[in-house]
Amino acid sequence: MPDDSLLDLSEYISERLEEHVISCEFIGGELVINAKPDDVYEVLKFLRDDIECSFTTLIDLCGVDYPDRPMRFEVVYILLSIRQNNRARIRISIEEDEIIPSVTELFSSAGWYEREVWDMYGILFSGNNDLRRILTDYGFDGHPQRKDFPLTGYVELRYDYEQKRVVYEPVKLAQDFRNFDYLSPWEGMSDIQKKMKEGGENAS
Amino acid sequence: MPLNDVMNAIDTPDVIMSEETQIKPFTMNFGPQHPAAHGVLRLVLEMEGEIVQRADPHIGLLHRGTEKLMEYKTYNQALPYFDRLDYVSPMNQEHAFTLAIEKMLGIDVPRRAQYIRVLFCELGRVLSHILNITTFALDVGAITPALWGFEEREKAMEFYERVCGARIHANYFRAGGVAKDMPDGLAEDMMEWCESFPKFLQDIENLLTENRIFKQRTVDIGVVSAEKAQDLGFTGAMLRGSGIAWDLRKSQPYEVYEELEFDIPIGKTGDCYARYLVRMEEMYQSLHIMKQCLNNMPEGLIRCDDYKVSPPPKADIKNSMEALIHHFKHYTEGFHVPAGETYTAVEAPKGEFGVYLVSDGTNKPYRCRIRAPGFPHLQALDFMSKGHQLADCVAIIGSLDIVFGEIDR
Repeated sequence: MPDDSLLDLSEYISERLEEHVISCEFIGGELVINAKPDDVYEVLKFLRDDIECSFTTLIDLCGVDYPDRPMRFEVVYILLSIRQNNRARIRISIEEDEIIPSVTELFSSAGWYEREVWDMYGILFSGNNDLRRILTDYGFDGHPQRKDFPLTGYVELRYDYEQKRVVYEPVKLAQDFRNFDYLSPWEGMSDIQKKMKEGGENAS
Repeated sequence: MPLNDVMNAIDTPDVIMSEETQIKPFTMNFGPQHPAAHGVLRLVLEMEGEIVQRADPHIGLLHRGTEKLMEYKTYNQALPYFDRLDYVSPMNQEHAFTLAIEKMLGIDVPRRAQYIRVLFCELGRVLSHILNITTFALDVGAITPALWGFEEREKAMEFYERVCGARIHANYFRAGGVAKDMPDGLAEDMMEWCESFPKFLQDIENLLTENRIFKQRTVDIGVVSAEKAQDLGFTGAMLRGSGIAWDLRKSQPYEVYEELEFDIPIGKTGDCYARYLVRMEEMYQSLHIMKQCLNNMPEGLIRCDDYKVSPPPKADIKNSMEALIHHFKHYTEGFHVPAGETYTAVEAPKGEFGVYLVSDGTNKPYRCRIRAPGFPHLQALDFMSKGHQLADCVAIIGSLDIVFGEIDR
């Protein structure tokens, strides 16, 4: 359960950011703010500069892919306030080809995180003028963290002795990739897990 | 040499540059295979003579798609990937993942397991800091600490080996506790090591702390102010070096850290030397924690006894049908984690190591985002090395304490 100061903070935030925030909720005692995608810059600016919030550190920025949802991607900003000793998560849901505002002006650390989200999910950030790929190979094609990107990828590479260079070839698997489905149709969860689930639903 | 001094040197009349000696800005490639790059870092440096104008690190040469792979593995199978992130302190990473799973499952960890975990996390911190300090010293010209340090580090890794069977890739923590109990005699040997290790630290300090060359290479190099450190997303020793007393073990305590007594050292100047001093003192504090763990460690279970999430004792399998089924289900299907999400972070040696875990109620993580401390630290290299000389850039990389396993994931 969240402590009182965090509850107060969530009330304060939803009051002050009424027009930018869809909802504030607690998931397992952690403060989660669902914001409107276009207003994420304003929300983060407020959270950083307001003295009650002082979320001065952007700990992480990442994407999550939900191919079944109409709003396919979720972008999550994880903030930390060293002064108040609080954490907050800001979530925005966007469609596949939606462009969201960059927060590099607010947090210097956002630059590489946004590059990584672009690299892994293909989400564009307007205002980030260095949106190159970061983790994948030079000249890589596709966005590997998307759920429809195969685990084995599309190309493999090897050193070719005749051409004296590394060559790219389509992936050849001696054995097809097997994704074992161990999900049992019968067994329920243990008593502890059941309790957790019910409790979790009530809490959120 | 800091920017101002260099500029002053250029401005003074006796080094006025003529048209011919004017050096054009040029780009230099550093790495990916370079001893001072601490792994596979490719650095594209835009230089104005000896002065770095812009540093553009190219990372991803060790990218293995850990986050993607974990989406296809059960929770137990995903655990060993965490050893391969920051491979100089593997158990600290596992800790974050197991804490995240435990939080979502809502299970309690037996006291003995908590003490064992904290004990080995602190050992991991010492391992990581020895490696960083000695290789940092190597980068700025001192070979001896590295030679001494690796010998001592090997002794500490022996404890890893004795408890889990592997020197590095431990795979020791489990959701709900640890894989197996500590073998007989290990606690005594670790205590002995904790007593003798400060002497080695003293030797390293004698070599470095007041060393004229070491100080010339590190003092006033790569200075980061407290505000800038927060803006850059610094955590751990990097943040404490800039004078912010922030440590998750104190501010958001997990496991048994609340009951343990230790201090958080902070630096004053925010330069490479301050970060070195912070790490050095942290090792003494870690030893202090380890001794407390060894003294206070209670007897009891080392794993929670809910057999839906942790396997039953091997001996039971011979006698109990139910235990056999649990065992089989545990190692095939694995356990289910209720749908939900959490961000759980621990104070790893390099800073805040966090796991953002999204579960859809099945036996595999839907999304497991790894927040590696080295990632924002390396990003700040451009800011920190601007206006410094190339050699200072090497010192800054050394003080960042970067390991590419965790940055590239």
